[in-house]
Parts: sequence; structure tokens; C-alpha cells
Amino acid sequence: MLEIEIDGKAVTVEDGSTVMDAANKAGVYIPHFCYHKKLSIAANCRMCLVQVEKAPKPLPACATPVTGGMKVWTRSEQAIKAQKGVMEFLLINHPLDCPICDQGGECQLQDLAVGYGASQSRYQEEKRVVFNKNLGPLVTTDMTRCINCTRCVRFTQEIAGEMELGQAFRGEHAEIMPFIEKTVDSELSGNIIDLCPVGALTSKPFRFAARTWELARRKSVSPHDSLGANLIVQVKHDEVKRVLPLENEAINECWLSDKDRFSYEGLNSEERLTRPMIKCDGQWREVDWQEALEFAANGLRSVLTDHGGEALGVLGSPHSTVEELYLLQKLARGLECENVDFRLRQADFRTDTLRPGAPWLGMPIAEVGDLDQLLVIGSFLRKDTPLLAQRVRQAAKRGLTVSVVHPVADDWLLPVRNRATVAPSAMPAFLREVVFALAELKNDKVSAELELNAPEAISDVAHNIASALAGAANAAVWLGNLAVQHARSTDLQLLAQEICRLSGARMGYVGEAANSVGGYLAGAVPGIDGLNAFRMINQPRHGYLLLNAEADRDFADSHAAQRALETARFVVALSSFGSANLAQLADVLLPISPFTETSGTFVNCEGKAQSFVAVAKPRGDTRPGWKVLRVLGNLLAVDGFDFNDSESVLRAALADGYESRLNNRLAARPVVNLSIESALERVADVPIHFADPLVRRAGSLQRSRDARAPVAMAHSQTLAGLGIASGSRVRLSQSDAAVELEVIADDTVAPNCVRVAAAHAATANLGAMSGPISMERV
Amino acid sequence: MDTTKEQAMLSQEALQQIDREVAKYPAGRQQSAVMAALRIAQVEKGWLSRETIAYVAEYLDMPAVAAYEVASFYNMYDLEPVGRHKITVCTNLPCALSGGVHAADYLKEKLGIGFNETTADGKYTLKEGECMGACGDAPVLLVNNHHMCSWMTKEKIDQMLADLESK
Amino acid sequence: MSARELILAGTDGDRGWRLDNYLARGGYSALKKVVGERIPPENIIAELKASVLRGRGGAGFPTGLKWSFMPRSFPGDKYLACNSDEGEPGTFKDRDILRYNPHTVIEGMAIAAYAMGATRGYNYIHGEIFEIYERFEEALAEARAAGLIGSNILGSDFSFELFAHHGYGAYICGEETALLESIEGKKGQPRFKPPFPASYGLYGKPTTINNTETFASVPFIINMGGEGFLELGKPNNGGTKLFSVSGHVNRPGNYEIEMGTPFAELLEMAGGMRGGRKLKGVIPGGSSAPVVPADIMMDCTMDYDSISKAGSMLGSGAVIVMDETTCMVKALERLSYFYFEESCGQCTPCREGTGWLYRVVHRIEHGLGRPDDLDLLNSVTGNIMGRTICALGDAASMPVQSFVKHFGDEFLYHIENKKCLVPPEVQYEGSQIYVSPKC
Ligand SMILES: Cc1cc2nc3c(=O)[nH]c(=O)nc-3n(C[C@H](O)[C@H](O)[C@H](O)COP(=O)(O)O)c2cc1C
Ligand code: SF4
Ligand code: FES
Repeated sequence: MLEIEIDGKAVTVEDGSTVMDAANKAGVYIPHFCYHKKLSIAANCRMCLVQVEKAPKPLPACATPVTGGMKVWTRSEQAIKAQKGVMEFLLINHPLDCPICDQGGECQLQDLAVGYGASQSRYQEEKRVVFNKNLGPLVTTDMTRCINCTRCVRFTQEIAGEMELGQAFRGEHAEIMPFIEKTVDSELSGNIIDLCPVGALTSKPFRFAARTWELARRKSVSPHDSLGANLIVQVKHDEVKRVLPLENEAINECWLSDKDRFSYEGLNSEERLTRPMIKCDGQWREVDWQEALEFAANGLRSVLTDHGGEALGVLGSPHSTVEELYLLQKLARGLECENVDFRLRQADFRTDTLRPGAPWLGMPIAEVGDLDQLLVIGSFLRKDTPLLAQRVRQAAKRGLTVSVVHPVADDWLLPVRNRATVAPSAMPAFLREVVFALAELKNDKVSAELELNAPEAISDVAHNIASALAGAANAAVWLGNLAVQHARSTDLQLLAQEICRLSGARMGYVGEAANSVGGYLAGAVPGIDGLNAFRMINQPRHGYLLLNAEADRDFADSHAAQRALETARFVVALSSFGSANLAQLADVLLPISPFTETSGTFVNCEGKAQSFVAVAKPRGDTRPGWKVLRVLGNLLAVDGFDFNDSESVLRAALADGYESRLNNRLAARPVVNLSIESALERVADVPIHFADPLVRRAGSLQRSRDARAPVAMAHSQTLAGLGIASGSRVRLSQSDAAVELEVIADDTVAPNCVRVAAAHAATANLGAMSGPISMERV
Repeated sequence: MDTTKEQAMLSQEALQQIDREVAKYPAGRQQSAVMAALRIAQVEKGWLSRETIAYVAEYLDMPAVAAYEVASFYNMYDLEPVGRHKITVCTNLPCALSGGVHAADYLKEKLGIGFNETTADGKYTLKEGECMGACGDAPVLLVNNHHMCSWMTKEKIDQMLADLESK
Repeated sequence: MSARELILAGTDGDRGWRLDNYLARGGYSALKKVVGERIPPENIIAELKASVLRGRGGAGFPTGLKWSFMPRSFPGDKYLACNSDEGEPGTFKDRDILRYNPHTVIEGMAIAAYAMGATRGYNYIHGEIFEIYERFEEALAEARAAGLIGSNILGSDFSFELFAHHGYGAYICGEETALLESIEGKKGQPRFKPPFPASYGLYGKPTTINNTETFASVPFIINMGGEGFLELGKPNNGGTKLFSVSGHVNRPGNYEIEMGTPFAELLEMAGGMRGGRKLKGVIPGGSSAPVVPADIMMDCTMDYDSISKAGSMLGSGAVIVMDETTCMVKALERLSYFYFEESCGQCTPCREGTGWLYRVVHRIEHGLGRPDDLDLLNSVTGNIMGRTICALGDAASMPVQSFVKHFGDEFLYHIENKKCLVPPEVQYEGSQIYVSPKC
């Protein structure tokens, strides 16, 4: 620890701190542009010059290491003169077009210029003009305003993991740009808007939508991935105009994924449902709530009367709130229906009888940075949870070793030390190798059932993964979405548990959606005699109640889901959006509020319940989902449906101490089906901007590179074996489901697999996300 | 592979030269060879197109934009096509005191072009250079980046142009 | 006259650069002595300190002291870089050293590597001298083949790999940390210091950077002893030094002389003033050094202390001589353009300030000067100096300040009369193509 004095205040800081760190600690503000606490030090803007005792010239606070007994003055004559000098240089080529700049009102340059700038410029020469760049649909540029602080460049290199921006040319001609004609495609790209201290990089969707001071700032929580990023939602006249990160070091730090940031455009989509509608004789009709709810209740009642509770299927999306999912299951159970589930993309539910608690990450998000070993099984980590991947990326720089077992070798923009790229059906057998290798290293035994099933050989990769984990002080094994959605997910989970037992690693589930943990806690899972989501679809019911889910996109087998709903007698859909597909399958559409128009709670992957309130009034006749469910309960005369507010629903759903219900233990040791498919297998990712109904309707995101229409991808050897050339159009089929797509050779896909995304219109008519698939040229 | 990408490819010989440069640096530091690789590519292609830069970047496993940063930072790389012979004249002060500017004027007059222009027949491009570290030889000029000509009197300029004419 | 050649002694134009010739001149004897006698590294550094060899690249930092900053027991690679990026207008000595005596640089670097425990070295060679780079590559091949660099040098357990890295046109890469960035395959933007290269240099490893001439002096120091080298010059200014004389003299070129030799003698060696014209001013240490008016300069001796007392810097030893036909505004305009053009663009004062300076000087030269322009120039340079990451900001400012200080009248004349004090035809005549009879 070092003792120093800043503007007369004594502060004690850690060795290796900079003057800027010390000033922050002392609560002394030093003006700056290039410095950012999460980025490397560039010391290029020179705005933070301060006076240091015995130093002949002013020194940049951001880059000057503290020494014991140092005396610093940030507002002395020397310091102020230096700062003013720098400010003058920054302004000479700056357009000073604040009145028309989107950054106006929240511009660091504007703010500081007021304090440090002169009233009139001494620069009488011609100003520089810099051409704008096309960075894609999300970020707009006004490069003449750029002050070359390089924050954006450093962000792409250091945080997003891929240098998509650079500073080309030199001297006064220096320009920030992507490689010619390229755009910035990172799933974290929007953060450069926040980082840019001036109006050079601003939000394209937000452009000219409002002046910042007209906007109300309200807190919220992202409804998308399992991280639960904290948001500031900015609203004008009850319309969401912009979303910014609410800094929370324990969760999203100061970042947002593009999905979190730009999905709000979906709120204003043309497909927003704003009036209750019922279908009579095949015709849709807008009605009032009374009529719609009675219609829904009557329809459900008639199914119940004719066939009983088990004839009903109740399905909610994991992007629904705890309150909604709690009332949904309570309603189902009140109707004597145990068929309720929120794990719509899951296929294997054998763990339900083995699991005493709610599966979660197994550790606080903030502790990811302390890991020294991480094994990720079956995950599209970078696109599924971009900010979790970002944490892993930073940890990898500090020495975390990452191993991956997954059917595709996607580039996560971080070093992967050990990688096993194997077909889904070969994953259990591969994990068994790791188990055996670990047992040997640890001088331990594998379970008796496995003992009978020893692998013939242990591959080098399995061995390397085992020894990495065996020697770790702080290791974790994560199961990603593919592992959980896998046709033999239970085997993977049991084997992962065995790996953790042998190695001492913590087991964790990355989690698919904002409420993947909360759904369990809310009890939105079937009872012992109930059907799980997969069964409800594959053993079609007479009636369905859908919450926030679209049959053609949100299910493990979208073909089967559509067929099940089509043949059902009565379908009630609570949804924020309509679509042709829903119009065809449903009988009642009840418009419920998206997350911005209701209060609610999501429990993120680390098990933290985060409640939020509405930031805008419900659009049209939209009502919060929990209210609609409550009234439906009343109409159907279900007991215990007299909640007055969402808080009381939450109290009923999540009692104090709910954290003790977070538990990844499975009450069994692996008995594993180790057979490997010989047929071609499907590998399905859920592309980042198609995962839920809201993001699917976010216009700008839908124009981004991550939203390109899917193609089929297969290893070149697999294609060669099938006699199919890369670039051919192929017909992909799974029993009676089929689609046509282009196939391209991609050697990051495990042999004997075809990668075909789910959740996209182009593949909605395919069947299960995993399992056999056939491919032929058309 | 599309045609522009094909056009960006370098000859086997050029790649071997690049490999020799890569070998000068520690393992995993192949980016250190980017300056040499861009130079070699430019000699082969005449100038550095976007595709060529991307090709070099990929060959050295570095981000394309980082290679572009390099290509646009150092003066001697040409990001636009130039004439068959690029003549760069130093006009910095020490040279100017001994005729650097006069030599440049003479070249402009003879070629009928100004700085940063190329003759209509595509043969010559004239550039103004910064100090070449040869001020004692003023006037100095550089032909095609790699050949320095010293004490360039008008007669020697005539001679040089005559020699280049035949190349 | 105190012409006293060490580095250039016995070099025989384009014929003498080869290894056999160098060996015949006694080359590599210092390396053989050091390696053969296993001289303890600290003794070599002590010898360097005793010699008071000061860095020949511009800053004049004592070389022995710099070498002593390298961590002794560092696990893994340590690096050496030779700065042959000579791009400071007026400087052309390193090119001649590499052209006529490349092996003395190789030998000096090998000794330096031995003294500092460096395992690898790079010689960063200025972009525009490609032919010299190719020659240096050849010299390296000769040395490698003779076991003078590489593994187990001269049969010992000392190994040192040395390579050449070719620049491609960026003055800033002469700044030592920009040079390191450039070797790493990046654009040459200087690093903020601390950390200094001795603790965080090339690829993040301890690194020492010296100028070509500095390294070239090392074998002579080993051979004649530190004291002997020091005695060639004067106290605090050891040895001989190459001076690159350019501009309005009869015989521009490099002159290796003892430190402390009067400027008048150097001028005489360079053939005196061209056409017998009158000396107006001299930039004694490369274009970034403050200009010195004739009368002050004529009283100087050529060493760090004397030139510093005259308000300038010995810098890299580039002596730019300007006679009475020179328009000082135009001269400054060209220099300001250079620094504007060569600023790396990284930090604000230099990126924005160099363009501002150039534009104002340009305006004055073109008859558009304003009465308060000189104050403005002084103020802007004041805001650049000492506020930048590297010394280019200072390098751009010092000419402006000194030209305005010493030749302010000429600037005022431009501003008031919208034309040069020196008639254009006189300037034209004075800067005619001139080729020294030496060639
Ligand atoms: C803008 C700038 C340009 C420089 N150019 C050169 C150069 O061309 N050659 C050189 O040896 N040193 C140059 N230097 C000085 C180097 O940074 C460094 O001090 C020197 O190479 C150290 O070697 P020495 O101690 O042997 O002089 C330059 C410095 C600056 C700030
Ligand atoms: S665009 Fe913005 S963030 Fe990027 S360098 Fe310019 S001012 Fe900085
Ligand atoms: S904040 Fe310190 S130099 Fe920019």
C-alpha cells in the first residue's frame, strides 16, 4: 500500500495504482477522455495532465504510477494550464455542432469544454473533415467529431475480442475505421456508442429519435439471456426510445450485448398485439377483454369437461417473469392439470426425477474471473450469453484455461486450450473418457455402472482436459444450452457431475433464458404424473394454454409443435405479438405486456432475483400477463387467485431464502447410454437474434450480420462422403419434416453432423433440434 | 474463390520471401513480419489493394484492420495504383538548400506532372519525400522505393529517365 | 585540425565493408577479447561508463548507465535494438556507418548483448535506404557464417541472434518505443513511459535501444579502454563523433572528429561556405534542435555541453548550415511541414498542434500573416512541449520557438510586407542544385 496526497487529501492505494486510480479513490475528479477503467491505458488524449511534485512537466494521471509520498495537484495553475491547452487542441478541429449532435447533452467533450474551453477559438485555419464509415445497422458515425481517443478500437480488441476497428493513417489524417468495406459485427458492438466520449459513434436506431434531456430514465432488467443485464430504459411519451446499461459490476459490469440494447425496437413492431382477439368460424375479431377472457375460459372449460385436466397442455416461455410462470402453473394445477412446463426447447427430461433443486450457474457471475480451469460442455457460449463469454475472455487473459466439448468449434474470440469437436451423440462417450482419465489421475473409482463400460482408449484431448481439471484450484464445468437441449442431456449431466465429483470442480448450467432458473423456482414444471414440454407436443393435447411462446420458433421440435397446436381443439395464446403462424394456430389471442410495460422478476443464472417495474404504460388494451392470468383464474373459479399486486404474487412464488433451492445435484451416478449414432445428426443453435419473440422483431438487429438467414453447414469430409458440393441446395429432412437450404462446407462442424439453426422461419418446418437428419441434393 | 481474392494471392516465390522474414522473429510473433510482407507484396503487385492487404493479414494470422493500420501508416506503401516507376524526391530543408526543390521542379517539367500525379502513359508517378537520411547527397531521389539516386543534377536526371525508359 | 577517425578509419568506400576487410583492419578483436577472456559483463559496463560515451541518437544519454538498467537475472529473452532509422532531417551518418563499416555495428551489438545478457537483437533500418538494408543482411550472413553471431559465438557458450528489420517510411519509428512497436508489426506509435524498455520492451521483455553510431563506438572503447576513448574528446563528452554537415557548404558530408572540436574547424573541413557567402544560421543537431545564429555558432565547439550552452542541442550531430540567401520563414515552413506530416497522430497536442503550427507558418510565408501570429506560435508551442507522449512534440516546437526568437524580424517583415526579406531570386540562386566537387 502506498500513501499519497491529492489536492491535499491523503489517500492510501494499492501498489501499482495510477494517479487516476488514487484520484478516483479520493473522490477527486480528473478530466479525461481516453482513460476507461475497463480498457488498457492509452494516455493519448492528454486531458488528465496533473501537476506532480518534483516532476518538471505535467503528467497524465491515467498512466502515471503512484509512488509513496507523491504529492499531486489536479487543479493547480500548472495543471489547469495544461488541461486548458489540451482542450483547445481537442476543439480546434471539432465541428462544435452540438445543437444537431445526437450526443448533445451527454457529451464529455461538451461538458468539459464548458469548464476548460475558451469562449472563442484562436484557431483560424480550415477545419478537418473526416468521411463517415458504415459500421452496420447499429452504430452510426460522424467521424469529423472523433477525438481519436481510441476507446472504441481498444474495446473491440480487448473486450469484444476481435479487432474490428483500427486507427488508420497517421498524424492529423489519423482516422478510426473498420477494414475497408467491413462493418462492426461483434455481438457487443453497441458498447462503443457508450464508450465514445463525443458524438462520433452514436446509436443508429436512436438517431434523431429524441433529445436526451427529453427522456425519462428508468431501471429495468434484460428479458433475454440468462445473465440478466441491468438496463436503463429511456422513455418518451410512453415509448421506449433507447436502452443503456445500468452499471452493475456483479452482473453486466458497464456493458450490454447488442441484443439487450437494441431489442427494444421490437416493442414497436407492427406485430404488437394491442387488442384481445377471438377466432369465430375461422374469422378473427377484435373484442373487449371481458369477451375474450370469457371466450378463453369457456373454451378451456369445455376441454376440461370433455377430457379432464390431462387433456390440457400449459406451456410458458422461459423469457416470462417469475410472476407469470408462477400464476401459469398455479392455474394449471387449479384446473387439475399437471402438464405444465417452461423448458420448451428441452428434449430429455429424465433428470426431473433426480433433481431436488433448481439448476443454476453454480457460482456468482462475478467469480468467473477467479476461475483457473473451465470446461464448457455443449454451448454456443459467445452468442448465447455474450457477456458471460466476455468474462471468460478476460479471465483467460489472466490465466484461465478453457476447454470445450461441443459439436462445433465456433470462435469465441478467446483461447481454447483443449477442444473436442464431436457429434452430439458422441459427447457422452467422450465425457466418459474424461471421467476415466480423471479417476486414474485422482486414484479414485468411477461408478460401478460405468466401470462395466470402460472406454477402449482415452484420447489425448480427454486426457488433457482431465489433467487440467485435476490440477485446478478453482475449476468449473458448465453445461450450455446444447447440452441441456441434447436428446441425451441426462447422460451429459450425470457425466459432468461425475467429472465434478472427481475433480472438485463446481458444476453449473449456463441457462438459456432470462428466467431459466426462475421457472424452476416458480414451479412451472410438471408434477410427477404430468407431461413435460416435449411430451405435451409429441402426445398432442386437446387444449393448450401458451404464454409468450411461438410454436414455429420456441420449441425443441417446431414441426411437431405446430402440428400439435393445429390439431388441438382449443388454443389460448397470451402473447405480446401476433404472427400469421399464431393466427393460424390459436383461437384466442390475449395481448400481454412485454417486460417494459409490466412489473416482474427474472432470476438470472447465478440465482439472483431481479425485480423491475413497468417503464411505460401498456400499449393499447395490453395488460400485464400476471393480471390476465389472475383474471383467468378467477373466471375459471380457481382458488387462491386473489392477488392484488405483482409483489404479492412474487412473495408467493419466491419465499425468502429461495436461494437454498438452487441446487445442481442429481440423485444418481451415471448409467450411460454410450451408443453413437451412425446416421447424420443435426446440430441446432438458436441464433442470437432469434431466441425470443421480442428480439425476432427488433428491426435493426434483424439487419445485422448475426441475423443472416441460416444455411446448413457440414464438414467438408461429410459433404464429400455424401457427394454433395459446398454451395448446393439440399433438402434436409427429419421423418415427415423437411426444409430446403443451401449447404456450405465448414470444417468447424464435427464430422457426420449438419448444423442447421433452429428458431428461424427458414427452418421452422424441421423437426427435433437434435437427433438424426438426412440431407440430399435437390 | 472469387476473382478479386485470387488476384490478391501472392506467388510462391513471394510467400517464400515472407516466410524467411517470419523466421527472423520468435515463434508466434509472425505479425512482426507484416511490414516486410507488405513490401514484398507491393513489389509483386505494384501497389497494395484492399484484397492484397487482407491476404497478407490472413497469411500472418492478424486482423485485417491491423494490417491496414500498418499499410496506411508508413509512407512508402502505395494504397493506390502508381506508375511503373515511382520517383520520390526529397525536398526537406537540408536537401532544399542544395537543390532538392530545383530537382523536383525539373522532374515536374520533364514529366509534365506534379507531385502525386502519374503520367498519362502510366509510366511515372512523382512523389514528394521526406528526409531519406542522405542529405549530404542532395539532391536525392528514390526510384521505386528501393533504389536511391544521389547528387541528381539535371544531366543525371536526364540519364536516369533515359535508363528507366528502357525498363 | 582534429579530424580523428575511429569508425570511418580505414574504410574504403564501397569496397571495404566486407568481413575480410574488417578483420584485416583489426575488426572483431574486441568481441574476441570479451568472449575469449570471459570478461565479466559488469566490467564492460564499467568501461562504457568510464568512456562517457553518450548516446549518438539524439538525446545524449550516457550509454553505460543505460546498459546498467537492464535486469541482470531475468528469466527468458532479453532484447537489443539498434536504431538505424535515421530520419531526422540533416542526419545521414548511420547510413554511412552501415554502408562502409557494418561489421563494427554487428560487433558492437554482440558485445552489448554479452554485457547485458541479451539473446536476440534487431537492427531497425530506415525505409528509404533499402540498398543499405540489403548490404547489412549480407554482412549479417558473413558474420553468422563466421560464427561471430548466432549460437555459441566463437566457440563459447555465449549466443546472440541478430536480424535486420526494414522500416518503410515513418520518421517517428526513430523514437525508441515506436521502433519497438514497429518491430512488433504495428504502426509506429510511441509508448507511454514508464514502463521503460529496460523493464518492458520488445514483446514485453527487457530491451535496450541504442543508435547505430553508439554501437559502432563500442568495439573501440573495449580496445582502447574507457579512459582512452574519453580522452579523445573532452570531459563529459567522450570520444569521436560523426557530424553530418549539409546545406550551404562546399563539401557536404560526414566528418568524424573529436568531441570539442571548434565549429569553425568543422566548417572548414566541410569546405567552408559555398560561394564564400555569409553564414546566417546553423541547426547544429538535426532539424529539431534550435537554430543558432551565425555569430553564436562560430564561438561553439562541437560537443554536448558547448552546444547546449548556446541554447541548442548536439542531438544527432546533424549540422545544417544556412547562408544569407536563406529565407528563415521558408526554412521553418518546410521543417514544420515535416513534423506535421510525421506526427504519429496518437496524442492530442502533437496531432492537432503540429498542423496548427505548420498552417500558421505557411500563412506567414505566403503573405497572410497576422500581427499576433508570433505570439500565437509561441503559445501553441508552449502548449505542445512537455505535454506529449514522446519528444516529437518538443521536436516540432523547438525549431518554431528558436526561429521566431532569433529571426523574429524576418517573420515580422513577412507579416507586414507580405513578402520575403530575402529577395526570391537570391533565394533561388542560393538553393540551386549543388554537387560537391568531392563526388
Ligand atoms: C521523434 C524522434 C525521432 C528519433 N529518431 C531517432 C533516430 O532516427 N535515430 C536514433 O538513433 N534515435 C532517434 N531518436 C532517439 C531515440 O528515441 C533514442 O533515444 C535513441 O535511439 C537511443 O539511442 P542512444 O542512447 O544510443 O542515442 C528519436 C527520438 C524521437 C523522439
Ligand atoms: S470514434 Fe469516439 S471512441 Fe472512437 S476514437 Fe473517436 S472519439 Fe474515441
Ligand atoms: S485520460 Fe489520461 S491521457 Fe487520456
